[in-house]
Amino acid sequence: MTTKKKSVVDLENVVVRFAGDSGDGMQLTGALFSDAAAVAGNDFITFPDYPSEIRAPQGTIAGVSGFQIHFGQKNIYTSGDLADVLVAMNPAPLKKNLEWVKPGGTIIVDTDTFTEKALIKAGYESNPIADDSLRDYNLIKAPISSLTKNAASELGLDNKMVLKSRNMFALGVMFFIFHRDFKSADEYFEKKFKANPLVVKSNKMVLRAGYNYADTIEALNRVTYNVEPASLKKGKYRNITGNLATSWGLLAASEKSGRPLYLGSYPITPATDILQEISKHKSLGAKAFQAEDEIAGVVSSIGASFAGSMAVTTTSGPGLSLKSEAIGLAVMTELPLVVVDVQRGGPSTGLPTKSEQSDLMQAMFGRNGEAPVVILAASTSSDCFFYAYEAGRIAMEHMTPVILLTDGYLANGSEVFKIPEMKDMPKIKPPLAKPNEPGYQPYKRDPEKLNRLWAIPGTEGLRHRIGGLEKEDGSGNVSHDPMNHQIMSDYRAEKIARVANYIPDQEIIGDKEGDLLVVSWGGTYGNMIEAVKALQEDGKKVSLAHFNYINPLPKNTKDIFKNFKKIIVPELNLGQFVLLLRMCFPDFRFEQYNKVQGLPFMVKELVDKFNQLLEEE
Amino acid sequence: MTNDIKVKELELTKADFVSDQMVKWCPGCGDHAILASFLKALPQLGYKKEDIVVVSGIGCSSRFPYYVKTYGFHGIHGRAAPFASGIKIANPKLNVWMVSGDGDSLAIGGNHFIHVLRRNLDINIMLFNNKIYGLTKGQYSPTTPLGQITKTSPQGTIEHPFNPGELAIGAQGTFFARVTDTNPKMMTEIMIEASNHKGTSLIEFLQNCVIFNNKTHKLITARETKDENQIHLEAGKPMIFGKERDKGIILEGTKLKVVKLGENGITEKSLLVHDPHESDPGIHQMLAKMAPPELPAAIGVIRSVDQLTYEEQVEAIIKHEKEVNPIHSVTDLLNSGKTWEI
Repeated sequence: MTTKKKSVVDLENVVVRFAGDSGDGMQLTGALFSDAAAVAGNDFITFPDYPSEIRAPQGTIAGVSGFQIHFGQKNIYTSGDLADVLVAMNPAPLKKNLEWVKPGGTIIVDTDTFTEKALIKAGYESNPIADDSLRDYNLIKAPISSLTKNAASELGLDNKMVLKSRNMFALGVMFFIFHRDFKSADEYFEKKFKANPLVVKSNKMVLRAGYNYADTIEALNRVTYNVEPASLKKGKYRNITGNLATSWGLLAASEKSGRPLYLGSYPITPATDILQEISKHKSLGAKAFQAEDEIAGVVSSIGASFAGSMAVTTTSGPGLSLKSEAIGLAVMTELPLVVVDVQRGGPSTGLPTKSEQSDLMQAMFGRNGEAPVVILAASTSSDCFFYAYEAGRIAMEHMTPVILLTDGYLANGSEVFKIPEMKDMPKIKPPLAKPNEPGYQPYKRDPEKLNRLWAIPGTEGLRHRIGGLEKEDGSGNVSHDPMNHQIMSDYRAEKIARVANYIPDQEIIGDKEGDLLVVSWGGTYGNMIEAVKALQEDGKKVSLAHFNYINPLPKNTKDIFKNFKKIIVPELNLGQFVLLLRMCFPDFRFEQYNKVQGLPFMVKELVDKFNQLLEEE
Repeated sequence: MTNDIKVKELELTKADFVSDQMVKWCPGCGDHAILASFLKALPQLGYKKEDIVVVSGIGCSSRFPYYVKTYGFHGIHGRAAPFASGIKIANPKLNVWMVSGDGDSLAIGGNHFIHVLRRNLDINIMLFNNKIYGLTKGQYSPTTPLGQITKTSPQGTIEHPFNPGELAIGAQGTFFARVTDTNPKMMTEIMIEASNHKGTSLIEFLQNCVIFNNKTHKLITARETKDENQIHLEAGKPMIFGKERDKGIILEGTKLKVVKLGENGITEKSLLVHDPHESDPGIHQMLAKMAPPELPAAIGVIRSVDQLTYEEQVEAIIKHEKEVNPIHSVTDLLNSGKTWEI
């Protein structure tokens, strides 16, 4: 064998997309590839793209499951617009994902699966890997299925069993291309298949077969890629999804406040993971109640809050609609309650597995009467931890419901998370009434925050009765007095407004003045910062104000807006935050840019839009 | 009994529980008698004043918490059961009472009603059944008899009514009692028994709405007719009723039947003996369904069966997990699984 020149190309960042049938193990493949990226010290963000069907018919477009990872040596903010490398295990995933591959990108296919039958099922009229239609890509045609069978043939396992690990062959190919270490994958096999050493061995062999195959074939043009470790701060890291971070943030707030966690919830995509996760942690004293419906979920939480727990309910858009009346009850009774809404495409059942930011107005106004609540929004998968914690802090310290908005994109996506120290987390001091507190009155208020005290059943000397009827100022007795209703409505509004005194100022990324200010909120952070940084590097006077505190808004909001010639508010809805801003700041002109396709913004479309706005006079 | 010792130690009286709020039910409403019986029962429960919680939904009955000096919560329509559930799960030491009506629990809150019973949380539900919507002034409810004329059924209802006992036992309820609002002594006794029962206790009060459905229970409650139309069930006793105590209940084939003692060789020994602790719900269902004029309405504790409660299982799992699970703090959790240093 003649020695061929091997070249290693340094890359700053790469986007890889794995795609297969929903039974092909693409999520696992992606997770193992992420682990290897972690070991290599890269920063990364991942995003799974599941079908909404549990097991759609095999080989069809509807059943395609994907996993995208964006990793690199600089800070990574999104899971990437387009893929540099696509691994397609069958014809259908190729068909579905081709539009997400960069021009000239690499596509690895399992040629064994491109049978006539499979092509018809996927809706191909001619075979794309034979008809030259992919000539603009670097197409690697690998007989993955047969090579997988060969790789482990000596072990005597049946073919069906071995074929299940063909995703590991594909992973091996990727490991070679990106110089990855086998260690983390090997550890996974050893743990997962502990009871079956033969399966451990088979997976290891298939993984290495893929690696060696990539090493020997011509198709790669002998090029491999090196992605240097990212310059992340020193510390201990882990990978975390948004839903996991939300769950742990809630547990952390509970621990810090000394109030046991109670979650009353009902399964709903894409929020269910949180209920499942909290259910695991009974050793931390957390109680998760799977209620008979969304209403029972939130109402039981209000009961638990009355009884002294840090109470939470989790849901997605349609569930938030069902909980509206009960959230109003929590407003009236001024009890702490965290409502997590993992937003999805709406209205109605809408797009359960797709992401959107269209519940903001519902969170803000979706209740009868004047019923203000605090609204927070997380902006990355990992900061779901912090904002869930913050939701717990504000709910308890200010005795109010807090709605935390995340979304399907943050919830299911994952990223590198620097493990925080619990001792560094902000203190949480719930305003508990003391036993036999002199002069205790249910609706006596703190002069600063305007919260009432939390008097928990079982505490001596504090027996009282509250409920959904209007309360008399102070005593909390039922009152229909006109002026009292005015006073109490004003108190409830002012209490929420004063939360602004207990939240940080809005930060601005970039110069404090300029030609264009991008104003965004929630899960679009990654796309916004990439777009804004690209423009800044281009010398444009563009800055970003990305909001996490939605109601009340940070106190310096108006000051930030003053110093820019133009303001644009891009959102994954038809313009909800912009409506709120126009209401609060009628002196400014807000441009809007909206998208409702169940998909995140692409950095490129943002850059184009911002440039267009900068050029317009 | 430890309960009696506790009751003595606490030295509570009715006065400890009388609230300062004006009771605003209509004069002659059955709710007044239920409230009076409850105030008598409270000092006898063996719970400290501050450990008792009374919650409600919406309706005439649901004003109840304001009239009792305990921790109280007046919730939203139909949702008293999940509210009570959240309180009990959060703090199992509390003695939780839920006050509700036939509309609140069987219509808008029907779903919650069956699920709280199925879970067997240790909550005491007082269901005031007056077979009408009172607070909204006279529309038919899920227990209104078929054909009754009401404001929303001017030609007579065309819906088959629920029997709360039948529904509750069907939902795997472990305790069901029925009592009339005309029998204060029995109401207090049954409230105490419900409180002592570990699990969800349902008490159906045959309660009279003097304004919108007056005398709906009169066959069962009126002085002249009650003896022939109600039977007091007592554990271990044969099922005898009637003014002369000359009638009894037997099981004939698959149905209950009224027989006369001394006729056709019927003696006390021929009669069914009440066993509220029998776990099989068959006879309890039949007893709950009995209604005049064919059969007397069953009054008293119809079913009282021991079964693990939801919250004691939750506490047991937590205790076990604390012993076996290596995660004891959020710091443990954050550092569990795959992590790496940079």
